[in-house]
Amino acid sequence: MNRTKQVDKDRAVPVYTVYIQMYGTFTLSQSDKRPMYFQIMEQIKQRIMIGDWAEGQPIPSIRQLAVDLQVSVITVKRAYYELEREGVIITQHGKGSHVASTSGLGDRLREQELEQHLEQAARIAAQLRMPPKRLVERLREAGDRVAEKDKELI
Amino acid sequence: MNDLTTDLAVELSGVSKKYRYFTLEEIHLKLPRGQIMGLIGANGAGKSTTIRVLMGLVHQDSGEVRVLGHSMPAEQVAAKWDIGFASEDMRLYDSMTLDWHMRFMRSIFPNWDPAYAQLLLKRFGLRAEQQIKGISHGQRVKAALLLVLARKPQLLVLDEPTTGLDPVARHEVLRELTGVMAEEGRSILFSSHNTQDVEQISDQITFIDRGRIIDSMDKETYLDRWRRLRLEVPLGIELPPLPGIVGVQRQGRLAVATSNAFAPDLAHAYEDTGVRVQSIESMTLEEIFVANVEHSREEVEA
Repeated sequence: MNRTKQVDKDRAVPVYTVYIQMYGTFTLSQSDKRPMYFQIMEQIKQRIMIGDWAEGQPIPSIRQLAVDLQVSVITVKRAYYELEREGVIITQHGKGSHVASTSGLGDRLREQELEQHLEQAARIAAQLRMPPKRLVERLREAGDRVAEKDKELI
Repeated sequence: MNDLTTDLAVELSGVSKKYRYFTLEEIHLKLPRGQIMGLIGANGAGKSTTIRVLMGLVHQDSGEVRVLGHSMPAEQVAAKWDIGFASEDMRLYDSMTLDWHMRFMRSIFPNWDPAYAQLLLKRFGLRAEQQIKGISHGQRVKAALLLVLARKPQLLVLDEPTTGLDPVARHEVLRELTGVMAEEGRSILFSSHNTQDVEQISDQITFIDRGRIIDSMDKETYLDRWRRLRLEVPLGIELPPLPGIVGVQRQGRLAVATSNAFAPDLAHAYEDTGVRVQSIESMTLEEIFVANVEHSREEVEA
């Protein structure tokens, strides 16, 4: 009862971040249309991109991650297999898995992400019959808008 | 040890069982050790009968059943030491407490893990001193699961373990089931008509409809074969019949085709005829379930 009284409307709402475990923040969504293995891949890549998982760092075993995420072993196995094919992680039989020791891996993943978005933009522009020159202009305008917004934040 | 000579936890080959109004036909399925199999099907499809046959509770008319290397029903006494079975109609003694049941199981099964039983009591929010007759349906289901889980059997056979549970209880149960997989070599076979549960925790999926197995394979391969293609069909062009397409819905210039044998070639084949492929979407197990049952019933009736 006392607690509710203490809430001061003018005070900023505190934000709590709970670090449960190294991979406690994995979240799989059932309303996400993409398959579960793909969601796991994306979240592993994200950790590498932002530097939480460093190059060469050991990562959880397939079985361990499956138990923690409460999903089937085969789904995590699939995610690890695809990540290995993309050169993002390396699995050594009997020794577990680790992030690939490629330098600049995080940047390379961001680069790939950019590439995918650019292709998508090009595809939609083609559907709109927009000449490439106009698309380039639009991209520049979008860049200006982003810079403007960033300034507002500071 | 006999049961270490095979890497299959469960193997049914050509199992049939005839009832007056229902027939289980030529059931073949294999569950490798260390994996979870979800048995999925509509009400009355034959899930429970299949489970009863593999537990030796119902004797098949023909075909072979092997569970943990034991031939069923002949060797069911030996097999059952290592099988934990729970079903909806499992009877607990109403006038006894959960604690009494736990002590009873402990006196019979040498593998009973008292510490794990205490942990499960806490996680499931159960009270050991409570009489069975005073607890809710959900608590009863969880109590029955506790009694098999704490035995730490090599194989868990669960008939509808999440049916009738609220979302929190369902989550607790799924967590314990996936937790079992932390120990290599233990296996689970469970039935459900909740496709979400099956999609989330199964390594293997087996589809039963009207007493027949429609599909049985590993989940990733299975989900990967099904796709929905959104198509734009220009006026004057007929949609060609293509192999691997199990259903087409068309409205005006838009069409949706469902495939159970998807490969990129399929999209190219459409585009070669002037049809534009707008998108290719993966499907949830729920969507596949409905499409598959409809398709296989059409095939049977054709």
